[in-house]
Amino acid sequence: MTAKKSEKSLYEKRASGRKVDEIRKMNAKVGIVPSADGSAMFETGNTRAIAVVRGPRELHPQHMRNSETGILRVNYGMMPFSVWDRIRPGPSRRSQEISKVAEWALASCIDLKQFPNAVVDVFIQIPQADAGTRVAGINAAAMALADAGIPMKEMVSAIACGKIDKTLVVDVDKDEEDFKDGEGSTDIPMVWTSRTKKIALLQLDGKISPDELKSVLEIGKNACEKIYAVQVESLKKSLEEKNE
Amino acid sequence: MVKDEEKNETSFSRTQRQLVVPGETIISGEDYLPGDGAYRDGDEIVAGRFGLSEVSDKFVKVIAISGTYQARRGNSIIGTIVGVTFNGWLIDFGGSENAFLSVNEVPRYINKGELREHFDFGDVVVCKVWDVKGRGIDVSVKMRGFGKVEGGMIVKINPNKVPRVIGKEGSMVNLIKDATNCEINVGQNGWIWVSGGEIDNEIKTKKIIEFIAENATTNGLTEKVEDFINNLEKKK
Amino acid sequence: MSESRVPNLQRERIIEYLKSQKRFDGRGLKDYRDLKVEMGISKNAESSCSVKLGKTEVYAGVKLGFAEPYPDSQDEGTFMVSAELSPMASEGFDMGPPKIDAIELGRVIDRGIRESGLVDMKKLCIKEGEKVWQVFVDVVAINDDGNLLDVAALACIIALGNAKLPIYNEKENKIEHELSKDSLPLNKDALAFSMTFHKIGSEFVVDPTTEEELVSDYRLTIAIADNDGKPRITAMQKGKEGAISQEDMEKILKLAEDKWTEMFPKISKLVWGK
Repeated sequence: MTAKKSEKSLYEKRASGRKVDEIRKMNAKVGIVPSADGSAMFETGNTRAIAVVRGPRELHPQHMRNSETGILRVNYGMMPFSVWDRIRPGPSRRSQEISKVAEWALASCIDLKQFPNAVVDVFIQIPQADAGTRVAGINAAAMALADAGIPMKEMVSAIACGKIDKTLVVDVDKDEEDFKDGEGSTDIPMVWTSRTKKIALLQLDGKISPDELKSVLEIGKNACEKIYAVQVESLKKSLEEKNE
Repeated sequence: MVKDEEKNETSFSRTQRQLVVPGETIISGEDYLPGDGAYRDGDEIVAGRFGLSEVSDKFVKVIAISGTYQARRGNSIIGTIVGVTFNGWLIDFGGSENAFLSVNEVPRYINKGELREHFDFGDVVVCKVWDVKGRGIDVSVKMRGFGKVEGGMIVKINPNKVPRVIGKEGSMVNLIKDATNCEINVGQNGWIWVSGGEIDNEIKTKKIIEFIAENATTNGLTEKVEDFINNLEKKK
Repeated sequence: MSESRVPNLQRERIIEYLKSQKRFDGRGLKDYRDLKVEMGISKNAESSCSVKLGKTEVYAGVKLGFAEPYPDSQDEGTFMVSAELSPMASEGFDMGPPKIDAIELGRVIDRGIRESGLVDMKKLCIKEGEKVWQVFVDVVAINDDGNLLDVAALACIIALGNAKLPIYNEKENKIEHELSKDSLPLNKDALAFSMTFHKIGSEFVVDPTTEEELVSDYRLTIAIADNDGKPRITAMQKGKEGAISQEDMEKILKLAEDKWTEMFPKISKLVWGK
């Protein structure tokens, strides 16, 4: 696909040599944490996320319980050594925000009505980061929820799209995130549901026209279909593979 | 097992199962009815969880192969006494809440002050689930074969693998019993009580059970288990 | 409140088996589970690794930064071990009495490494009184199936042993995103290896599983370094409520000495890469 441009973009060719709709090399694995009810790893390029699901289980504190339905609780964090400038351990405002949007994205496809008063805890941790950490985390979390046998109407898949100066790209890496020339870098993480094809998460940070946004949503949707294929293959293979 | 030869529609036989992910279409057709783990979306019956789809007659369900134990009425479960109240006991069985065993659900009459003499903290009981409410599950030990067990050890497996450990009409668990001379009581919650005269027999039983759980979804499991048992014998 | 505890019959069985020198997983009482090490968990760390003992898994990563030295040690760098034991790694971290908490774990490992003199603090000095290297070792528990203390301590020394200094651009006064060929200044002779011994019933075990850990009376962690081929104890920590008799103390020390002699060469290789 070509970028809609009135003048030439300052970022015609991607620094990594990838095509505009090319996702970095993906890898996924299910069942990596044996003591968990469900777990998975998902990576794109140098960004890797692991997700662990525990539950449905009793919810503490009691005042958070919902007698009509179980609730989903997501805790996202980056390991201190995941980025070059060490991150102090513990929650930050950023990690709390990401936990919340990830929770909304995942909650859109699960059904916890048969577990009143209970909680399904999802832990997302990033051991290595090269942009796109929240989407890698959500991809891993969706697989981990399936692995945990949680009732789910469909899967969700996530991708971080971007507009680098005037070029629309898929799966933004750190260098592209930091691009400062021209119109700079606009970061657009999104989550698409697999069956109903709806948007379960959408964030945007930068400058973009409505038409460009529509294009980005379309290329993002296509990219998510490729992510979905990787998630499904990994889930189905998980029965054959045995962890040592 | 009912074969659909008389009917004209193409249908899956009961044994044809497929691994499905949430949102995946299992089969199309207005006649089909979604069962456990499946739902209808227009013309299609869709997987509502990750697992093995099974189409039998008109019913389509998705068998869970992973996930926590969800208690059902009538299940036999095994748990540990972790609490004593004025009128009963609380039992940990690995679920999200403890089960409650009322003093009225025990075959003997027990004085209010004597609960701990009957079942004490840390005792293991085999009980039957008789009610599953939003607030927790109630169990009973009134029937024969239920109550406290002594000695032996507990082996824990994922509850979804329990059917394979039991086998069709108990064929697998009997196979293990014969091979190890152990008493085995399988809780639907994945806790299994094993008791044999010799220490080595119990460890052997544990290894066999864990082997079955690890290979629960493979074909020809019975043969594989028999081979595994033979290899264990040889190692002695 | 969903409580849990090890059933009495289970505890009795474990104790009985141990008397016959057997464990549920078929190991001997003095045997460690299979050890697996994978380096390079994070490309953004000066060094990182995943260490597994059986199913227990821990990640550790080394990061360096600049800092001003402490007022009472103007010519020394700083060093800190932090541990994160999130509920991600274990059912038990959320409910019930903690077997070990992150703070104790971090401090025990920190002390063990610090007191052994492994890190050459003076060589971490860039400009006395002004600028020194800050060394952070972060440990994250991935899966807890017992003996997190030993796995975490091992992950830390392996990460440290394989760490390289980043390139220090003196002109621009910044740290480049690139590693030099120089290793972190470490005193190879000072390496100490940590082992935790648990008393269960009448026996001592090494590398316990979760279940064994839950039923033990006490645990004793001992860090031992090499003093010209002889063991030198550099740190100790006793945990849990049971009390150690003098007789037991002698037995543990003997056991520690034997295990150290057996394991230390292998551990050294992992830390220094031969």
